[in-house]
Amino acid sequence: MSKKIEELKFSGEWDLAPAPESTNHISVKKEYQLFIGGKFVKPKKGKYFSTINPATEKKLSSIAEASKEDVDRAVKAARKAHSGVWSSTSAKERGKYIYRIARLIQEKSREFAVIESLDGGKPIRESRDVDIPIAAAHFFYYAGWADKLNYAFPNQNPSSLGVAGQIIPWNFPLMMAAWKIAPALATGNTVVLKPAETTSLTALKLAEVIQEADLPPGVVNIITGAGATGSDIVNHKDIDKIAFTGSTGVGKIIMKSIAGTAKKSTMELGGKAANIVFEDAPLDQAVEGIINGIYFNQGHVCCAGSRLFVQESIYDTLLRKLKDRMQSLIVGNPLDKNTDIGAINSKEQLGVINKYLSLGKKEGADMFQPSCDIPSKGFWCAPTLFTNVSQSHAIAKEEIFGPVLAVQTFRTIDEVITKANNTPFGLSAGVWTDKGSKVFNLTSKMRAGVVWANTYNKFDPTSPFGGYKESGHGREGGLHGLAPYLKF
Amino acid sequence: MNLSFNTLDSPSVDKVGIEDRIARVKARSIKKEAKIKGLKLALNMIDLTTLEGIDTENKVKQMCYKARHLHDVYADLPSVAAVCVYPNFVKTAVNELKGSAVKVASVATAFPSGHSSLNIKLEDTKIAVDSGADEVDMVISRGRFHKGDYGYVFDEIAAVKAACGKARLKVILETGELGNYDKVRKASDIAIYAGADFIKTSTGKIQPAATLPVTLVMLEAIKDYYYKTGKMIGMKPAGGISNAKLALHYLIMVKETLGNKWLTNKWFRFGASSLANDLLMQLMKQKTGVYQSTDYFSKD
Repeated sequence: MSKKIEELKFSGEWDLAPAPESTNHISVKKEYQLFIGGKFVKPKKGKYFSTINPATEKKLSSIAEASKEDVDRAVKAARKAHSGVWSSTSAKERGKYIYRIARLIQEKSREFAVIESLDGGKPIRESRDVDIPIAAAHFFYYAGWADKLNYAFPNQNPSSLGVAGQIIPWNFPLMMAAWKIAPALATGNTVVLKPAETTSLTALKLAEVIQEADLPPGVVNIITGAGATGSDIVNHKDIDKIAFTGSTGVGKIIMKSIAGTAKKSTMELGGKAANIVFEDAPLDQAVEGIINGIYFNQGHVCCAGSRLFVQESIYDTLLRKLKDRMQSLIVGNPLDKNTDIGAINSKEQLGVINKYLSLGKKEGADMFQPSCDIPSKGFWCAPTLFTNVSQSHAIAKEEIFGPVLAVQTFRTIDEVITKANNTPFGLSAGVWTDKGSKVFNLTSKMRAGVVWANTYNKFDPTSPFGGYKESGHGREGGLHGLAPYLKF
Repeated sequence: MNLSFNTLDSPSVDKVGIEDRIARVKARSIKKEAKIKGLKLALNMIDLTTLEGIDTENKVKQMCYKARHLHDVYADLPSVAAVCVYPNFVKTAVNELKGSAVKVASVATAFPSGHSSLNIKLEDTKIAVDSGADEVDMVISRGRFHKGDYGYVFDEIAAVKAACGKARLKVILETGELGNYDKVRKASDIAIYAGADFIKTSTGKIQPAATLPVTLVMLEAIKDYYYKTGKMIGMKPAGGISNAKLALHYLIMVKETLGNKWLTNKWFRFGASSLANDLLMQLMKQKTGVYQSTDYFSKD
């Protein structure tokens, strides 16, 4: 046992050749306008901002910046569409439109996937296999509910709210747009949606799809801009509901500004999920789940399993397995089919992540990163894990939104439940054990909206998603996702 | 020994997780120079096999020639790793392959069912080894394994290992008869600790034969053993691997699970007969840009 065993090496012997996804089938315009009332219209103030490819820092397109007047135009178009057309369109017809959008997304899935990876930096493997299929699946799923609302909520006579203002983040641009738009349309609402300023392109592509689907003008309006535009939507007087996905900080500002108004809200905010591995877990699959939990989409995931709790007796084994697996992850060009970890979404976000990396080291935790080649241009962060972490370290308390894992150990189940719940967040959690009773004990005690057992980051439109505590309120997905868009 | 292996605590395996991991392996895209290198590597890892009731000396001779001359039109091709035959053809194969790097492997121990007494199995092994086999492919007693008589299975493997002398022992688990991944893991651990030099999925006589997930479970067992003892164990999936794309995915899985050290035919083999020609066809495609008819590749 004292003999030193040579560590295994995973690169340098038979490295994969580049396998880039082709970009010659996509069309990205030089300049994008606002999608209001079924048409692409120039912004009133004539202002535009650039969107870049975070992997190369090259400009992809110019995007219109919506001013207060533009927001007002969009809300008016949505209101007119709601009272004039959409609220009186039969539920079955509404369903047909949504099905049409779903099919068009599927038809254009490759183009959507490539643009999503170009604009946001995520690996093509993920945009192709996760983002775009889930986006289409959400439209399919909610299309089915459109004419069955009376069965979903029997004897409650559900009706639409009116105009929904929807603000979405940059981590899953098209998927978040689908999560927001599909249930709103199925329940008879009209929409003003604003994508994040670093990732507007797929939402604007979706606007083209909506045009192609012949949706009545004004039912869906997509306007682009940064925080100020979002604030104009939130504070517009003629909006009935705000649906927001983003940081807890911004969520709090929104809740303050709509306090005392009749606006309804759903907030899907930050997270700092505990991923808990017991000694009787299927360890090799747990390792895969940990990797998928924290390094999926560069860790830009609100439900990322960013706090790993490992039972003491398997700590050494699990850490060794985890580090080995990290050595085989490929970091680089998001459009390469073999890339596991793509580019960090923006320079600002890279700054935030790097701040936490130095903070982690300063607080006394040990940092590990596998040796990997990182491109010279663009925004990159190697997969990172910290050991020797305390519950009170900033890297264990605050949401980093990057590929950074904080590892702690535990001895007893009560200890780990206390530690896992000791956070202002409560979006998700993971538990790994071979024992069913342990799974149920733990899931019933975790203060988290989603708890995965022996898997992680599994999404399905039929399953509700949302948080406890400062991770937000309201649910998206499933039957539960209809209710926040209805009055009874 | 018996006692420890009746209570051996093999880690559990989660089916969903294993299959998720395989989906990721299969998403790897192997192109250009990496593909050519992978195809050659795979060729060099083949145990060219014939295990039929109708095998003849001549068929074995032809196969041995093919083992050394895979496709002479293509310069600098490696040979396969070994030929694999029944014990009574070992002498022929040894004669044919004299002076080459190609090893001779023989199945033994009442292959493929394993239904016989230990004495017969040891005698079977001795015949193969005495005839000059470099490697012995044995089968485990699946009946005893299912009964929970792990000690018996362990002792039997240990006894055959002793009978092998210098020959390397491959232990066939016949995973298609084991039922689930947990059992595959358990059987892998028993075989490894009992002295296997290689663990092997299948006889090729039972369906399903080798699969990617089953092989991954076995690779993880090999890895855990390596980190406990520093000793390397070889892996041989056999049966059902008949095309180049699948073979390359096996190799990617080996590379990402066990690392560079296992990417040689000393530690990884494919038990296959028709795989070689598909690899050759792909290599020719990479060279000439077009696919050639299967008629241009000899079927020995």
